[in-house]
Amino acid sequence: MDVDRSLAELERASGREDLQTAIVKLCEAYKIDHMVYHWVNSQGDQYGCGTYSPGWVERYLEKEYLRIDPVILGCYQRFHPVDWKRLDWSSKAARGFRAEALEYGVGNQGFSIPMRGPNGQYALFTASHHCSDEDWQTFKNKHRRQLILLAHFFNQKALEFEPDRVPEALKTLSPRETDAMTFLAMGFNRAKAADTMEISEHTLRVYIESARFKLGAINTTHAVARAMSHGLIVV
Amino acid sequence: MIRYLYANELKTAPLLKETMFLDRADQFKIRLGWDVKLEDNGYERDEYDSHNPLYVIYQKADGTHGGSMRLLPSTGRTMVNEHFSEILGGGDVRNPFIWECTRFCLARNTEPRTAAALMLAGGEVMENFGVKHFVGVFDARMVRIYRMIGASPEVLGSTGDGREKISVGLWSFTDEARMRVAQKAGISAALSKLWFERAFGSDAPKVSEFA
Repeated sequence: MDVDRSLAELERASGREDLQTAIVKLCEAYKIDHMVYHWVNSQGDQYGCGTYSPGWVERYLEKEYLRIDPVILGCYQRFHPVDWKRLDWSSKAARGFRAEALEYGVGNQGFSIPMRGPNGQYALFTASHHCSDEDWQTFKNKHRRQLILLAHFFNQKALEFEPDRVPEALKTLSPRETDAMTFLAMGFNRAKAADTMEISEHTLRVYIESARFKLGAINTTHAVARAMSHGLIVV
Repeated sequence: MIRYLYANELKTAPLLKETMFLDRADQFKIRLGWDVKLEDNGYERDEYDSHNPLYVIYQKADGTHGGSMRLLPSTGRTMVNEHFSEILGGGDVRNPFIWECTRFCLARNTEPRTAAALMLAGGEVMENFGVKHFVGVFDARMVRIYRMIGASPEVLGSTGDGREKISVGLWSFTDEARMRVAQKAGISAALSKLWFERAFGSDAPKVSEFA
């Protein structure tokens, strides 16, 4: 099971049930214990998918752990990704909560990524695992950026599935992004594309990255293909 | 020292908060003559301050504000996307690895190392939170300051001429640039890290207390 293939699956997701399938596969692909995605919009509607055991989810809701969970307290209204080690677990309630989470197999390591979408939408993506601090550090060093990207892909997908969402602002590329993608689609290398657009390669990279993200694509080739299939660029 | 505070944490540092918003009024309204509104208490505060941004603040020894900047993720609501889209050719910047950095402010008579210290703190944010670039709006008069501290942005687009010129720029931070800035600031990497961890905790491996 490889990460690219699971990502492609996430990309094809056409409903919320597909997100659940995708997150299970991604979790397997990364060989970690858990991945969870959870979001709340400005109306207070909630939605989530993930791999925590039903027993833990039930327990969590029943005990209203939302109110003492240091991950929630540390991420709410914020936007920086956080390793669980950075959080404050010192209170008695937090320590008790942690002991119980460990019992339910949540894992002793975690990395959570809070996100802000349009219109007050708020989401949290978490990867958690059971391993030593050193191993976790290695895992994070290797995958941190991918996890952040993944978190935002889940969020974009979840937004797409919002019943009364504002019509697609997501898939409009700016004129410069369109130019960048067009030149790449025409087979220009980056240096030549940048030269043609009279910008530095560095700036070109930003336009490409930005387009890639908007298109929900895993790599540049993929982004070009998507832009073409959506009719956003014509070659 | 450098403080990292979300808007909803500013209340824990009232003097710092007050002097920051007053210094912003002084810089943007009085010195730069920007069309910004002041509140009754003299604070310069706009709608983006109400979206719980993260402030990076240089705090002077007497506890007051020496300089600051305001960070917001570009995937949420940002000033660049909502007000400066024209400069970007009608586009927007929306990327999990790009954060917006606006209201870069230096207090009058602040310590000379302030600007460089803020840039150094920006580097901490990038490294620790996986941010690759900052995008921001800046005035022609800031160009010299950015150059002086060795952190010139790449200009994505501009509007206006001469002193009135306003640009959208993109900052990256290579290790090399970081060293340069650290030198200008006269702040060691260890101290910079300590300030960061005071705000956000440490994720360094430790003897596992939870095992």
